Amino acid sequence: MTDATFGATPAGHTVEGIRADYMAQVQRRRLYGGLTLMIFVILMVSGFTVADSRNAGGFWDGLNQLGDYPGEVLAEAWANRANLPALIVRFLPALIETVNIAAVSTLVGAGAGLVLSLLSTRGLARWPRLTPLFRRLMDIMRAMPEIVIALVLIFVLGGGPVPAMIAIAIHTAGALGKMYSEVAENADLKPVEGLTSTGATWAQKMWLGVLPQVAPNYISYSLLRFEINIRASAILGFVGAGGLGYELRNSMSWGLGRFDEAAAIFLLLFGTIVLFDQVSSRYRNRLTEGHAK
Amino acid sequence: MLEVKALTKRFGENIAVGNASFSVDRPKMIGIIGRSGAGKSTLLRMLNRLSDASEGEIWFEGTEVTALRGRQRRQWQSRCAMIFQQFNLVPRMDVVSNVLHGTLNRRSTLATMFNLYPQDDIHKAIEILDRLGIAEQAPKRAEALSGGQQQRVAIARALMQDPSIILADEPIASLDPMNAQIVMEALRRIHEEDGRMVIANLHTLDTARRYCDRVIGMRDGRIVFDGTPEQLTTGVARDIYGAGADFSEAATSTAIEMLDRQPHKAAPAVALV
Repeated sequence: MTDATFGATPAGHTVEGIRADYMAQVQRRRLYGGLTLMIFVILMVSGFTVADSRNAGGFWDGLNQLGDYPGEVLAEAWANRANLPALIVRFLPALIETVNIAAVSTLVGAGAGLVLSLLSTRGLARWPRLTPLFRRLMDIMRAMPEIVIALVLIFVLGGGPVPAMIAIAIHTAGALGKMYSEVAENADLKPVEGLTSTGATWAQKMWLGVLPQVAPNYISYSLLRFEINIRASAILGFVGAGGLGYELRNSMSWGLGRFDEAAAIFLLLFGTIVLFDQVSSRYRNRLTEGHAK
Repeated sequence: MLEVKALTKRFGENIAVGNASFSVDRPKMIGIIGRSGAGKSTLLRMLNRLSDASEGEIWFEGTEVTALRGRQRRQWQSRCAMIFQQFNLVPRMDVVSNVLHGTLNRRSTLATMFNLYPQDDIHKAIEILDRLGIAEQAPKRAEALSGGQQQRVAIARALMQDPSIILADEPIASLDPMNAQIVMEALRRIHEEDGRMVIANLHTLDTARRYCDRVIGMRDGRIVFDGTPEQLTTGVARDIYGAGADFSEAATSTAIEMLDRQPHKAAPAVALV
């Protein structure tokens, strides 16, 4: 195929032929696209009807009551708004405990995820034949719900922040490992080859050749994970892992008249997430652009 | 037809384009030359309204282009096609779809999201591809094509817009000499056959001389030369590029026939910083 042909198309391939071929291809693509869309709509509609018919209350009957609970929480919290500052101060230690659980489990999980990801990335793995093993290991870590691990550990170790930390760290290692490994797959292998040529060990190659390339992405995934973990560690409080979740469970039951406490806890959680989002995006910018903005 | 009045673009303290004025009364092929950083790209991007001018006005056929907003601005962009140095195609879509992107301004967002284009448009796209000699590549993905072919797809997308003006920002800077010639000849032919105005940023003098009716020279954001290729003497060129007496046109050339025109004494290698 020459690049230089200009104007006339070589014999055998007339414009009409090319046009007909392309139109046929377009028709085929549209047909498949239409069929896929139709199947999707049918599945959605039928699935919704089945789910609705098996629902105890009924979707349409319940829909108008959707706002009742938040409405009551807001109304009650507004009526007792004078208490809010005092409540926020009261729950601050619990918040710190929750954030601590999240921070430690993110650090531990990210460390484990880093090692697992490098061991399971094609082209980088220390033992290429064992990559499926490490991948399945991460799958298992992700598949187990945090709350199940936490419940088992609380049964064994007793209630407290440590079981929650371990449970979240296991899930974090699996989830971050997968994301890290996808980033590492796109890393440029030339620096690694350069380091290999100097006689570097595997750990040296990973640390000095791969990490500098992937660090901005790794950090930003880890910070996102940290946010998710704050929420996860709050939920684990429900099953006795302490922290903000424990307080939330006590205050959010209907009819106790403690919705002002629930509102204070939600405000704290919201504020924490916003704070860490701001901090992390600033830090991320600095990493990717190399200077503070 | 096209009138640019005291156009200025500032980036913080720096002036990328300063007080640029020129007018074009009928469709011509215009080459803008100057060394990199002279403000050529910024000027073209302001003409297309890819970026906003800090000061000054652009008028086209009685409309103040610099004042257009929203839908009208997008309409102007569809009348004023742009071709880029790095082609700027969607790599994972097929060639015809890329060409059909030239009609986006005329079609509804929903239809184009599902890649639904009228049959007439598809036929026209393939005709344009045939005119540029790449109809055979129609069903391939854009990323599978060579640089020269991709640039011709980009020209086809521009033609699909049926524009009054075609802006070309360094259209041949990432191509080899053979493909550069094909692309420049295609642009020249579009100018001659369709009567469209073409404004091209060029980094080599001889390309500007050879294909353009009018040459505008820029240096440090200002227009320092505006005239016919004949008026562009070596002395003027030295001025535009800020080069010394050892400047030779052959040193910057990428044209194939320049190889024969090389002076017999060894030409000094000129580094144009």
